[in-house]
This record gives sequence, C-alpha cells and structure tokens, in this order.
Amino acid sequence: MAVITFREAIRQAMDEEMARDERVILMGEEVGEYDGAYKVSQGLLDKYGEKRVIDTPITEAGFTGIGIGAAMAGLRPIVEWMTFNFSLLAYDQVVNNAAKMRHMSGGQLSVPIVFRGPNGPAEYLSSQHSQALQSIYAHAPGLIVVAPATPYDAKGLLKSSIRNDNPVLFLEAELMYSWKGEVPEEEYLIPLGKADIKREGKDITFITYSKPLRLVEQAAQQLADMGVDAEIVDLRTIKPLDEEAVYQSVRKTNRCVIVDETWPFASVATHIGWLISKNCFDYLDAPIEVVTSEDVPMPYNHTLELAVQPSVEKILDAAKKVLYI
Amino acid sequence: MSLPNYDKTFLMKLLEQMLLIRRFEEKSAQMYGLRKIGGFLHLYIGQEAVAVGSIAALDLKKDYVLTSYRDHGHALACGMHPNAAMAELFGKVTGCSKGKGGSMHFFDVENHMYGGNGIVGAHIPIAAGVALKIKYFDEDGVVLCYFGDGAIHQGVFHETLNMAKIWDLPIIFICENNHYGMGTNYKRVSSVHDYSIMGTSYNIPAWQVNGMDVITVYEETQKAIKMVKEENTPVLLEIQTYRYRGHSMSDPARYRTKEELEKYKSQDPITILRKKMADAGLLTDEEFKELDNKCKEIVNESVRFAEESEEPPLEAIYEDIYA
Repeated sequence: MAVITFREAIRQAMDEEMARDERVILMGEEVGEYDGAYKVSQGLLDKYGEKRVIDTPITEAGFTGIGIGAAMAGLRPIVEWMTFNFSLLAYDQVVNNAAKMRHMSGGQLSVPIVFRGPNGPAEYLSSQHSQALQSIYAHAPGLIVVAPATPYDAKGLLKSSIRNDNPVLFLEAELMYSWKGEVPEEEYLIPLGKADIKREGKDITFITYSKPLRLVEQAAQQLADMGVDAEIVDLRTIKPLDEEAVYQSVRKTNRCVIVDETWPFASVATHIGWLISKNCFDYLDAPIEVVTSEDVPMPYNHTLELAVQPSVEKILDAAKKVLYI
Repeated sequence: MSLPNYDKTFLMKLLEQMLLIRRFEEKSAQMYGLRKIGGFLHLYIGQEAVAVGSIAALDLKKDYVLTSYRDHGHALACGMHPNAAMAELFGKVTGCSKGKGGSMHFFDVENHMYGGNGIVGAHIPIAAGVALKIKYFDEDGVVLCYFGDGAIHQGVFHETLNMAKIWDLPIIFICENNHYGMGTNYKRVSSVHDYSIMGTSYNIPAWQVNGMDVITVYEETQKAIKMVKEENTPVLLEIQTYRYRGHSMSDPARYRTKEELEKYKSQDPITILRKKMADAGLLTDEEFKELDNKCKEIVNESVRFAEESEEPPLEAIYEDIYA
C-alpha cells in the first residue's frame, strides 16, 4: 500500500472528487497560483483551471458567504480557510447562513459545502494563530464536524464530506500535514459519524480525535509496558457523534479519559464526558478524566505553549487516576 | 417615461402587485395587533414600487432574488402565493417555510426567491454565490440582491462588491434607501449620501433611481440587466424609497417628522401609477376599486387559510435541519 502524507491524502480526495463531479470547486486564499498556503491544493489549479480553483481576496466572511450561496444554487464548493483562526471572521456566515438555511426555508434548500483548513495549535504562533475551535462549530445545529487523525481517514472522510449534502467543517492541522500513513490506491469512502477503534483494549478507554491521537497512542504504549491494556476510540467525526461506539467501549473497560486539545469550558470533551456519565453511570469504576488545553490563550514561548496543551505525561497522569494506580 | 408605450395588461399587473403587497402588509399589521403574528414584522408599505418594478424585469425561470428581512413584498412579487406567506406569518405548517422561518425568512425556491435573511447584509455574499453558479454554468440569468441603507456599511457588502467585480458576476445590488436604518437617518451614519459612489469604489457602474415610480424602477432595472449581460459587469442601484411604518412593529418612528412622512405619502407609488394610468385613459376609478377589492379579497382569503391551517407537529422540531 502507498505511504503518503496527510497533505497528499487531502489533495487526492479533492482531486478525485473534482474529477468525478464538475460541481465541485475549490475556493480560498492562495489556493490557486500559490498552490495553497500549506501546499494542500498543489497542482489543482493547473489541472482544473481558474474557473474551478478560485483565488479569493483576504475576505473570509465574503468568500465563505459566496461559497454558501453557490452551494444553495447547485455547486458543491470546498472553501479552504487558510486556518480556522480566520474562520472567526466568517462565523456569522457559517452559523447563521450555512447551518440554518435548510431549516429557515422549511427544507427547500440544502447547503452542500465543505469548509476545511488547519485547526488547533501549531508552534510558535501565539494566541491568534493557535486555537482549536471545534467546540464552537459543534455547538451549532445544522453543521457536521469532521476531524480525522490519519491520512487514510482524512482521504476517505473528505471524499464523503464533499459528497454530503450538508455543510461540513473539516478540521486538519498544520503539524499533521507531513504525517505519513498507508492509503490504498483504489477508491474508498469512510462514512461520516462513525468512530474507529484505533487500539483495542480492556482496561481503560481513551476517547480522542485529530492531532492528539498520536499522544494517546504513545501513552497507551507506555501503559502497555505497565501491563495496562488501553482501548483508543478515535471519534473521526465530532458531530454527529458516534455515541454507541463510545458507550460500548466505556461499558467494556469501565474507565475513561477524554483527550481533546480544545479549551475545556463548554467543549467537545466536557460534553462527551457528560454524555458518558449520564449513559454509562452504572458501568464507571472511576470518575471520567478530561485532558484538554489549559483555559488560557496560547503563549508564544515554546516551553509555555507545550505546557498548556495535552501531553503524554498529562494523559498518563489522568489514566493513572482513573485506574487508581 | 412614456406611459403609452406600455400595454394595459402589463400596467395592471404592476398596479395589482403593488396593491396586493399594500393590502397584505396592512392586514399583517392588523393580525399582529390581534397577536396572530409574533416577533418581528418589518412592513414594506411605501416601498412597493421597488420590488414590483424591478422583479417585473426578471425571468424567474433563470433569474434569482435574495433580500433582507423586509421580504414580504419581494416574495409576493416573485409569485409566492399569499396563502403561503400569511400562513408563514401565522407560524403554520402550510407556510412557505413550514412555520420555521416566520416573517424574516420567506423562501420560494421554485420561484427562485432564495430568502429573506435576518442578519443585516449577511445575504449579500450569498446572492453573489448564486451569481457565481449562474456564471459557472454559463447560464443566462441575473441575481437581484436587495438590502437597505443600513446594510451598506456592513463589511460583507464591501467584500462582496469587490469579488463580484473581479469575477464579473451577473448580479445587481439594489440598495433600497428608505432613509432609516432602524431609527437612524442614513445621513447620520454614512460618509457619503449618494450611495452610487460606493459602486465607483469597486469600479462597478452605479446610479440612483427614483423608487416611488414603478415604471422608472422597471426601466432602470432593465437597463441594469442589459449592462450586466452586455458589458459583463455587476451593477449597483441605489433606489430611493421610503417606508411609511416603523422599522418593525414596536417602533413608533419618533425620529422623523409628520411633515416628512406626509411629503413621501404624497409621492405614493400606487397613487402615482394610478394617476398616470388614469391620465393616459388606461384606468377608471371603477377599475381601480375593482382591482383593490380583488386584492383585499385575496388577502382576506390568505388570513382564512392561515387561520384554518394546522400548527406544525411537535416532531417537526427535528425536521429540515440536515439534508
């Protein structure tokens, strides 16, 4: 099987879907002539031309809205945000227009659009460029939120997202773009809303998604060395949440740590924590632990910025707590 | 403007649409007073010539209309059935948006009316997106995007004009300057008082239009459509108009004088067309009354329809959110 980067996996997904369906277009800042700020769209302008790979001015609210309107009228745009940090300028368009258009029109309209780009902390970028914003998108009904952690998942999930008739927020991460993984040559799709068990185990459940998966895998390895058999549930899609996969695992292991790089207050992690305590209360042998970023803006200083994010050490500490070891 | 060039059937259609909107809005206000309608209700009374005159220049098989929350007039001019409109105001399941949208969110996708939008200016890029679709598929249509003088200072207006021009989108931006963004006179909050200047900033042809005369609006919209198609450019029109009522139902409109209101009422778009048609020998008092009665009856019927319609079932809460 070919080994490719996360970046290439996303590019392949867009390329294949653009070849398959002429209604699919890509628009955003630097996606065309510059080949993408993170080179994700490299070569697509040459292949599909400027009619389908559209360089926009730096106007997030405006081009996000134009993408939404085009989707309502019959195109299937992929809107690339250079990063999710800048999507805050377009938040009104996503939450008030994309998410609600179907509802407000009594089902007359749909908005088949994908908003994608890097989300979450990178390195040395300080507060405005290192934010994990999935919780505010998962908060609004009408949106789908997808957050893959491997090249294989990224490709299959992005293809499904492009084919989906709803607005999909597709979260990538700058630091993940160079991660490598096996991706088959033949076409495949991964359904939205289905978690994946990345490691089977019986002693403790880790629930995570996106970039922190690697930290969780390392922590699980260290736990294995200590004789603890951890299970890892990779959500892959945040909304709709695969609740059954989560509950099945927790009911099996009876202990749970949720690892999420968002801020903790009203977050994806804390919401899942509430769901588990409500639906698996009788199965839990310990209170659920949550490992998130600290409730602070991201500092520039590297030591500090690492200290505010989830780490293998923090995950292990949380695991030991729920395991009472 | 030479009225005799138009045949009577066309003029009667314009008059009927304006009258229908006027009577519909008056009835809506009455129903609001009876608490049959709740929330915000932004009436179009006084502005009828803008929607009716401009939409008359469209072919809604290929053209599109998007507007703000003051959307009843545009929806009716696009051909939305008054029953579906009134039922929506009543929150009934037979409403155009199944009672989910209300006054600010009239949609009639079949007639290419892509909504009412409740956030000031938020539909302006959406409209340009619809225009992008038209251009992408080499279709023949244009998009009319209406907004008020209050929306023109929103960032997305400026962002969208820029992109509409660099991509030559087939769209006509129509600023319905009714003089007040909620309770604030436009001159108090705008660095320019002639909004056509805002088109110039983006190299978009723009001009002002008298929005109290439906024929003028029709002709200027035709001119704009021709320009969009032949010169491959978006157009901005500032159509000057006036709303007789407050911003919404709770607004007594104390920010303006009685004299100002009376001045504009003397240029009432319905009165103007009626007089012109009468002067040209195309309309008798009896014909006008007959038409007016017909509109009143249509509106009364819409109230009956709305009254008799069912509430949406509770399970509808979870419907029409995801496709």
